[in-house]
Amino acid sequence: MSREAPESLSGAQIVVRLLERQGVRTLAGIPGGAILPIYDALSASKRIHHVLARHEQGGGFMAQGMARATGLPAVCMASSGPGATNLLTAIADAKLDSIPLVAITGQVPRALIGTDAFQEVDTYGLSIPITKHNFLVGSADELLQIIPRAFRIAASGRPGPVLVDIPKDVQNQVIEVAEWPAPGSADALPPPAADLIHAAAAMINEAARPILYLGGGVVHSGAAAAAVALAEKASLPTVMTLMALGAMPVDHPLSLGMLGMHGARCTNLALDECDLLIAVGARFDDRATGKVAGFCPQAKIVHIDIDPSELDKIKTAHVGIAGDVGAVLQLLLPAVDGALHVDWLARVACLKAEHPLRTPGIDDPRTPYGLIRAVADCLDDEATITTDVGQHQMWVAQAYPLRRPRQWLTSGGLGTMGFGMPAAIGAALAEPQRTVVCFSGDGSILMNIQELVTAAEEGVNVKIVLMNNASLGLVFQQQTLFYGERIYASKFKGMPDFVRVAEGFGVAAIDLDAAGDPRAALAAALATPGPMLIHAGIEMREQVLPMVPPGAANKDMIGG
Amino acid sequence: MNSLTRTENQALTRAVLELDVNNHAGVMSHVVGLFSRRAYNVEAILVMPVGSGQTSRIWLLVNEDERLEQMVKQVEKLEDVLAVRRHGAEHEVFVRLEEFFL
Repeated sequence: MSREAPESLSGAQIVVRLLERQGVRTLAGIPGGAILPIYDALSASKRIHHVLARHEQGGGFMAQGMARATGLPAVCMASSGPGATNLLTAIADAKLDSIPLVAITGQVPRALIGTDAFQEVDTYGLSIPITKHNFLVGSADELLQIIPRAFRIAASGRPGPVLVDIPKDVQNQVIEVAEWPAPGSADALPPPAADLIHAAAAMINEAARPILYLGGGVVHSGAAAAAVALAEKASLPTVMTLMALGAMPVDHPLSLGMLGMHGARCTNLALDECDLLIAVGARFDDRATGKVAGFCPQAKIVHIDIDPSELDKIKTAHVGIAGDVGAVLQLLLPAVDGALHVDWLARVACLKAEHPLRTPGIDDPRTPYGLIRAVADCLDDEATITTDVGQHQMWVAQAYPLRRPRQWLTSGGLGTMGFGMPAAIGAALAEPQRTVVCFSGDGSILMNIQELVTAAEEGVNVKIVLMNNASLGLVFQQQTLFYGERIYASKFKGMPDFVRVAEGFGVAAIDLDAAGDPRAALAAALATPGPMLIHAGIEMREQVLPMVPPGAANKDMIGG
Repeated sequence: MNSLTRTENQALTRAVLELDVNNHAGVMSHVVGLFSRRAYNVEAILVMPVGSGQTSRIWLLVNEDERLEQMVKQVEKLEDVLAVRRHGAEHEVFVRLEEFFL
């Protein structure tokens, strides 16, 4: 607590002051009746820049973009009722990808709670299963504990979203504040058990065909360099989940890229042969493992995770270590023998040579892989890449040369179409020095298209590469492959003119299809400061390959 | 109740969970939500405040199946759950209540 001259402040002013003290400088949201006192207090803040989203879900994803780019908790706000329900998808998305988020919602006055008042919804009840924790604030005084605690919970251990629902009368309640609580920050964690570190090191030292399996926890923990160091010391071929891309540079000699449903054949086949799987900050998600019984069937498992409930959840670990993966890797590193694994690396090299990721059209910017490569050729590793959800997301995950942790922001667990553009806006607000590229599709972009005007208003350096195949591509692909080519409700009949749509929202746009030299047009567009939509038509029948059919083992891939 | 027959139900092994929790509105929803989303039936619940009323104790009677380990870990993660203790079905807390359910 810090002592200052006592002040009479409303709950709303206390919220704003606590956010300022917390270090929040940018937040996103939309006002409404039940949160107007907080917005009134916010209007007096000289420190906080409020970004006016055009849909609360967009505001939630902007906050996510800030949090994913920086690793720090970010804030979004909404009013009661529909404001709060609109925010829920962005909160659920943050829960599944372990993103630190503090969502502040207005609620009807306490006297009206439970009366079906105008714009009343049970925000507390609705948010229980999709938050790490949530609060319904009972008095202005409670805010002094709850707001710092919300940030502490969001950032501690396995990060996640926290919702604080504040009734309007609590926002208006005036109290004397003489002492201010310290800003909330992540709790220190107990050190990992030394005997488990030795047991894990012994297993790594004994393994003949080990594979290192990195998950999003490596990025959250800031442990990418330690993970790469471990891989290099013990010569561990390394696979990454969708969430971990960037943790090891994809062109590192030990990298096998992304595993799972759309991983390269060589990656999934190497996993099929490994005798030890070292899972670090990864949770054995079904899109990564395929049929669990067929995942690494010969392997013993070392599982390191900050969340004890992830250990033994899907696969029983021979050694399970609960702890911050960065701290565990630091202890593991000196305990692991330097190894060459000559035979195993030769076998992996052979698999890579025989079954590489196939990227047809990579030299032609009018194909999916070629377009992604052409974008990458215009940028360096300082650029941040976001995606929406669908075929474009998987193509970018496969083919973009990601080399930096937090370079890659994508909706993994929830798989939310509409994530990419507002998340890109948030990332650009948090790190204005970077170029932020959002790869999107014609299905996804429409799910939060209204945020184009927010991008224009804020002048953010966001480039939207819109891969337009006039369909819901991944649905089209599954109907083609698994539903007897009965294409239904996945081909769009009406198609907006996306260039004019963007221009109508105040965002400059180009159509690569009409460009004589698409590479030059792309380079010019990416080099122009401010928001820009880059439209590129692609062939509807293009597929993301290889593909593990849902429910099959990873070694049973189609195509590629 | 779930769709098991009475005989099947009686054949299942039971476990008793004892939770120390912060005493405020909403804690119960957090706990039972973890069970209901997994279609994991809670057979019996008993809650009373403890001491000054700052904390409460929740007793749960549940079927012992292969998910129980994971359930306990999930309950332990809840911010308002201070401790979880696991007992066998022989624990007498619910047995002594049976006379109220005759």
